[in-house]
Amino acid sequence: MRFTKDHEWVSLDGDVATIGITAYAAEQLGDVVFVETPDVGKTVAAGDGLAVVESVKAASDVYAPLSGEVLEANGALAEAPETVNQAPEAGGWFAKVKIADASAYEALMDRAAYDAYLETL
Amino acid sequence: MSDETLKLTPLYAAHLEAGARMVPFAGYSMPVQYRDGVLKEHLWTRENAGLFDVSHMGQARLRGVSPLSAFEEVTPGDFIGLKPGKQRYSVLLNKKGGIIDDLMAGRPDDDGLFVVVNGACKENDFKVIDDELAGQVRIDRLEDRALLALQGPKAAEVLAIHAPDAAKLAFMETAALQAFGVDAIVSRSGYTGEDGYEISVPGEAALRIWNTLLADERVRPIGLGARDSLRLEAGLPLYGHDLDETVSPIEAGLGFAVSKKRRDAGDFPGARRITAELAGDLTRKTVGLKVEGAPAREGAEIADADGDVVGLVTSGGFAPSLGYPIALGFVPPALAAVGTELKVIVRGRAQPAQVVATPFVPHRYVRKV
Repeated sequence: MRFTKDHEWVSLDGDVATIGITAYAAEQLGDVVFVETPDVGKTVAAGDGLAVVESVKAASDVYAPLSGEVLEANGALAEAPETVNQAPEAGGWFAKVKIADASAYEALMDRAAYDAYLETL
Repeated sequence: MSDETLKLTPLYAAHLEAGARMVPFAGYSMPVQYRDGVLKEHLWTRENAGLFDVSHMGQARLRGVSPLSAFEEVTPGDFIGLKPGKQRYSVLLNKKGGIIDDLMAGRPDDDGLFVVVNGACKENDFKVIDDELAGQVRIDRLEDRALLALQGPKAAEVLAIHAPDAAKLAFMETAALQAFGVDAIVSRSGYTGEDGYEISVPGEAALRIWNTLLADERVRPIGLGARDSLRLEAGLPLYGHDLDETVSPIEAGLGFAVSKKRRDAGDFPGARRITAELAGDLTRKTVGLKVEGAPAREGAEIADADGDVVGLVTSGGFAPSLGYPIALGFVPPALAAVGTELKVIVRGRAQPAQVVATPFVPHRYVRKV
């Protein structure tokens, strides 16, 4: 698993990246009450908005850590948005994206680097 | 405003100790939520009792020869007819009938009028009152006092243990009395739609009283996040969002704050506009919306069935007690009837929204004790 400074995580299986937000991000957001996931087939560039998570108080953008094409969105979040709080780095994933460039994945932070980054916040 | 210049309430340290996430609000560092989070805090208040620090709000005594009649010059309420022991909700109006602030004003005793105004507006409010009523009233600000709100269906039984006389007040009654061993000003009112009290106490006693109330297992501290979602469900407007200097009380659905006596006399600021609006000359009106899909937040456009933009959301969010998003917003009167099917535009997409009656969640005020 790799991480961004915006607190997204990515796990890579072949050329398919599964993307979500970290436990830290989920804790900061508070109770998630709605998730807007991307349409399948949408092309995203790294840094584009990929999803929107809404807490009681506010809406927050989730950015695509990598460029690619959306293959699948996590439809279960429509009925159970609280999964993002309960299992942010597992069942709370937002989308699976077919990525063009696997080297971009390697350039993201690993767990140790992300943990060190959290220490600076 | 940088954090260094934010003011602190007497309960600041207690908030930190309770795990609060502090945010700048109205010039103060205030708790937006505690460890439970907004959702649980909201539901706790609806089922038990929530304790809020609202010491950022402006408290003052208006004193003078006849402060009640003087106050009628800046509000549309019947204050001359306000009996001792009673409190009213009112609005401070500008010359065009726009709302400078909304407020509570009461007579807890015979010492003039006790007013509580919004924290973010208080400097301007007291300046306006001072400018308009100079020579008639003296404003004595009570900046050394804290304000606590105890809200929820168990508030009365909790307060009865510590301040039985205060607990016996009915909705919108107020009294200056001894409670918790100090001079307190208590009213049975609040901003959640639930039964409850607002309790003004000397700042130096606030921490002890806060801790005394929290020692009761029925009481938990509640942050500004849940205060906002609670008031939204209760259909209560928030100044700076649903109300501002362009909005009249009639547009905002606050016609009850324009008393019959004052309507007949037409002797309040902006009376010409407000009288015309009461006669039907109205271009926009606040409605409640039940939203399907993503929450529609402040600033989201409201469209009619044809997709034409007809208004804006002024407050919106997820309603924890209902399980779906709700909003308040302005629409033309022709589209304000309950049941009207509208749309809200969220991130470019039109979502169904239906006009529904407010409050969204029924008020549970205790009018008779």
